[in-house]
Amino acid sequence: MEETKVNPLSLQIDPALFEPATDEEKRQADVMSESTTFFKDGMRKLMKNPLAVGSIIVLLLVVLTITIAPLVVPYTYSDIIRVNGKRDRGNKNLSAFEYSEKEQEFIDQGGKVFPHIMGTDSLGRDYFIRVVYGARISLTVGLFASILVLIIGVIYGSIAGYAGGRADLIMMRIVDIIYSLPDMLIIILLATVLQPILENTSNPLINALGTNMICIFIVFGLLYWVGMARLVRGQILTIKNNDYVLAARSIGAKPAHIIRKHIIPNCISVIIITTALQIPSAIFTESFLSFIGMGVNAPMPSLGSLANSAREGLQTYPMQLVYPAVLIVLIVLAFNLLGDGLRDAFDPKLRSK
Amino acid sequence: MKVPQSAVAGRPACSNPRHILMKGVFQIMTRYVVKRILLAIVSVLVICAITFFAMNAIPGGPFNSEKALSEATKAVLMERYNLDKPVPVQFVLYMRNLLHGDFGVSLKTGRDISGTLFSCFKVSARLGATAAVCAVACGIVLGSLAALFRNRLIDRVIVFFTTLFTAMPSFVFATFLMLVFCITLKWLPVWDASNKSLILPVIALMAYPMAYVTRLTKTSMLDSLGQDYIRTARAKGVPMVKVIFKHALRNALIPVITYVGPMLAYILTGSLVVENIFTIGGLGQQFVKSISNRDYPMIMATTIFLAVVMVICNLLSDIAYKIVDPRITLD
Repeated sequence: MEETKVNPLSLQIDPALFEPATDEEKRQADVMSESTTFFKDGMRKLMKNPLAVGSIIVLLLVVLTITIAPLVVPYTYSDIIRVNGKRDRGNKNLSAFEYSEKEQEFIDQGGKVFPHIMGTDSLGRDYFIRVVYGARISLTVGLFASILVLIIGVIYGSIAGYAGGRADLIMMRIVDIIYSLPDMLIIILLATVLQPILENTSNPLINALGTNMICIFIVFGLLYWVGMARLVRGQILTIKNNDYVLAARSIGAKPAHIIRKHIIPNCISVIIITTALQIPSAIFTESFLSFIGMGVNAPMPSLGSLANSAREGLQTYPMQLVYPAVLIVLIVLAFNLLGDGLRDAFDPKLRSK
Repeated sequence: MKVPQSAVAGRPACSNPRHILMKGVFQIMTRYVVKRILLAIVSVLVICAITFFAMNAIPGGPFNSEKALSEATKAVLMERYNLDKPVPVQFVLYMRNLLHGDFGVSLKTGRDISGTLFSCFKVSARLGATAAVCAVACGIVLGSLAALFRNRLIDRVIVFFTTLFTAMPSFVFATFLMLVFCITLKWLPVWDASNKSLILPVIALMAYPMAYVTRLTKTSMLDSLGQDYIRTARAKGVPMVKVIFKHALRNALIPVITYVGPMLAYILTGSLVVENIFTIGGLGQQFVKSISNRDYPMIMATTIFLAVVMVICNLLSDIAYKIVDPRITLD
């Protein structure tokens, strides 16, 4: 064979020097884990956390019950139960699955009465449906109040953080002042004041929701957003110095566009976690207000007002307190644990550790 | 303000680097304290203004609802209570009265509010202070135990109960306590005005703060147990008990100080319901009663009073925090 002159510096590779990899070697070279997105990775971590999964299941069960129950149970939260269209005086304070005498008579005659799953209250209303509506109210208030806090806090915080300078200084002093106000007292105060003012209006929206609900929302909108605003501002201050923000600015992107497209997506996980932890605190506040008689308007029940009215018959009918109280604790606990789980799974600061 | 001086002054004036450093810290500290006090004053003013103008916005004057008064009587009353003057003037007058300790007159009882307020506050302060002290003491002990016996049974039990307590509103806990101890077990008589014992109200009030302090202590204790100086102390033969009390716990307690302000605020608002449930004639019960009575001057006075107490507590706990740990960045 004619010997070719090999340049020692040549990059040409002689394939004969190599041998094909075995299957085992190929397997070793495989990427160890599949590539995932941030969201998928977080969800995987969340699903591994038994407490978080448990609270998701509990919350789903609660939501399912309060959506379906009013369709199945033939009673309403405000109507006193009637037997066959007639007034029944013996149906007050029944215990769970008990029937009053008249109802029993009616059943014996072949009629059908839907069982009182949690008995009845002191006026003869079905307690189960009242607890269901109470949970509906509490969850709704919690959810919408948190969304309100989210919107105001994110907008305010991102403006302050992005603008910087004097605008930031003034905006953050306002936040400081609101932050140092004792929120519960101001809530009570505003609720007392807004009630007589709102009572006199004929706005259909206010009448539908009840003045107290509006008060709760107004108060949340006025006071509770400051924590979120501080958080978002802090995030933005760190993010806005990144090169991609500078790049976006240098090609002429407008501040609103930069905040929407570059900054908010980068701190969205922190925002979501805070919102999840805001819900139980809103439920707490609502039940507290209902308990001292400033919550939703009667006869609309909320878990707090149910617990409050159960105090009168505490010695004889303790179960009327136990049902709403356990439900509040369950809901708040589930949201707390879910929020903690979300933080463990999605918070980038924890993840780097 | 005397607080920072006591922490920094009292050292012999010398020109070593430490002294210069302390001087710098002192300056920053003074600026911080002044800033915080200014902020607190503004907060108090804002609270007063909100309260005053909110109460003025309620439709109907104080003399409209009761028996119809003759125009002349009304005019005399209006003049006596300065209601004939423009609202800003009324505000200034109200503020001046507040500074002199005059909170006005209750609409329901016709009595001087400041008397009621202070006698009620004594009751509330006793309850609140007991609850606060118990909460901090129990919380620190439980938190340290949980940190020292990490992942053992005792830690699990403590974590379980603290999680449960943070999810339980004080009114739920208070009624449950009453249900269990007074009605089911009959260990204690059912509460009425004659019952002077504070056991159950204190437990009900301290549950949430205690759980929070426990959590705080646990995290910071775990943090400080992992520090190098703990290992050094152990390595040179200091007994474990001494290491825990002298090195770990002292540093672990710093974050607890920040929680004292919010904790007192929580206890004050928590007492609104707890006092009602256990019928303790304190400020909380008075407040809720005045709300249901729509006794506006009383609501105003109580709000301002409680708010000022809370602002002062927050201020003190913030300043104490900066004094205890000078490493903390003084914004």
